[in-house]
Amino acid sequence: MAANRPRVKVPKTAKKGDVFQIKTLVTHAMETGLRKGKDGNPIPRDIVNTFTCAFNGKTVFTMKLEPAISANPYIAFYQQATESGDYTFTWTDDAGDSVSKTASIQVS
Amino acid sequence: MRHLGTAFLGLAAAGLLAAAGAVAQDGSTAYGDIMNDPRIKDHIVGDKHSGFVYATLATRDMQEDDFENPAFTWVSLGEELWDKQDGAMGKSCAACHGAPESLRGVSVVYPKYRESTGGMAALEHIVNECRTERMGADPWKWESDQMLGMTAFVKLQSRGMPIDVSIDGPARPFFESGRDFFFQRRGQLDLACNMCHEDHPGDMIRADLLSYGMGNGFPTYRLKWQKLGSLHRRFAGCNKNIRAQPYARGSDEYTNLELFVMWRSNGLPSEAPAVRR
Amino acid sequence: MSHQRSQTLTVNRRGLLGALGGGVLVAAGAGLAPRAAKATPEDAGKWVAELTGGKPPTDDPRVALDLPPIAENGNTVPVTVTVDSPMTDGDYVTKIHVVAEGNPNPGLCTFELTPACGKAEVSTRMRLARTQNVVAVAELSDGTVISGRKEVKVTIGGCGG
Repeated sequence: MAANRPRVKVPKTAKKGDVFQIKTLVTHAMETGLRKGKDGNPIPRDIVNTFTCAFNGKTVFTMKLEPAISANPYIAFYQQATESGDYTFTWTDDAGDSVSKTASIQVS
Repeated sequence: MRHLGTAFLGLAAAGLLAAAGAVAQDGSTAYGDIMNDPRIKDHIVGDKHSGFVYATLATRDMQEDDFENPAFTWVSLGEELWDKQDGAMGKSCAACHGAPESLRGVSVVYPKYRESTGGMAALEHIVNECRTERMGADPWKWESDQMLGMTAFVKLQSRGMPIDVSIDGPARPFFESGRDFFFQRRGQLDLACNMCHEDHPGDMIRADLLSYGMGNGFPTYRLKWQKLGSLHRRFAGCNKNIRAQPYARGSDEYTNLELFVMWRSNGLPSEAPAVRR
Repeated sequence: MSHQRSQTLTVNRRGLLGALGGGVLVAAGAGLAPRAAKATPEDAGKWVAELTGGKPPTDDPRVALDLPPIAENGNTVPVTVTVDSPMTDGDYVTKIHVVAEGNPNPGLCTFELTPACGKAEVSTRMRLARTQNVVAVAELSDGTVISGRKEVKVTIGGCGG
């Protein structure tokens, strides 16, 4: 199952030099591979294993996730405002499928 | 039992609102200092306590921030579906109801007596009635993401409004049936709902702090489920835990129980979608 | 004769009750036991060593973990790691590893930071199988590896749910 319904919270505006928090949330079951299904067979592992945040095309933050991260991964981190531009957030799962979301910031 | 009653009276006299054997004089519990959090006052009405009062501070934080509350990914789905045409009649929810704000106050009266079926209808039943009767669309499964998203989105419009279900007139026999369910011992553990949720809220059951089992936060994102879930799913989970055969979601049994549980919650603010353990 | 029979019945009933009691205890024990083999602090140490290229971290107050002292449910435990760092081009946190000492697998996640972060603080939510230490290991741009830890108590539901 690919990650879906990504949500991100980025301030619309900031002053140069401001440090602000970015929050992200995506819907994904984060199946650990340790559970058994109703038929007694193990449910294969299926997780979002990588999250990246790029600003104007340059990667500024990455997270590698293990199966012990909760379903519907919540990830929050900080950024410092330098210039106006676009943040692109990408979640990639074990099958290599990814979902992205973009948010713009106006820096004065 | 008598010492618990005495403890309760003592705490009540001291002005502490928690009816709790497990709550110390200073308001602290095994879950930390949760009874001195000023936020709980909005979740206590008279002698009624929302499950919020028995949640840890971290869980309360998660509920109160609409971004951090993971239920809001389902709310986003509900919002999308609101405007989406579906079914043979080419209608969306918005085609009849307009802006979602028009539904403010609507959800707090459910379950409600429905003449067409001569029984009680939960909000889920009404959503599916809309879909099949007025949209010509297929009904959604009770616990589907779509149904959870739509009920969470609709209930969000009434967030903060007091629960206000009616048990008068034609609803009365269904209320009585729900009440009988609540007080009926069942399962291998031979427990009735009231034995935990009426007699022991605030006490520990092993490592768990018992609540009143109120329904004002559903659908709720449960940390255990790591998912949004319906009140009927919660009923089924409780029934399974006491080793009783659960009923089907949407069954008359659980819908009548929902009426009783929501009547107990009358006056408490609608918190859906809440976050609970 | 009838007296003897009643004795036999009594003994049998006790035997039966004893067996049932034993069964209940076994079942309760099974419910409390972790479902999969669990990691140890040593496994967690090995995991960290692999990630950091063998450099053992030293405990340092600059690494702080914010965790609830009691997690209501181990499936969703919020965690925030803060590393006291200027986050300049010359001095910043490159990575933060978060490790669980008592999970089936010790790894939780790795954050890769850049000076663009401005502040070395990250948050997520994790699954913890039982009461244990959570360890955060920070790699700094000068090659230093520092760590901090905090215990979190994980509860299970009243009916075993």
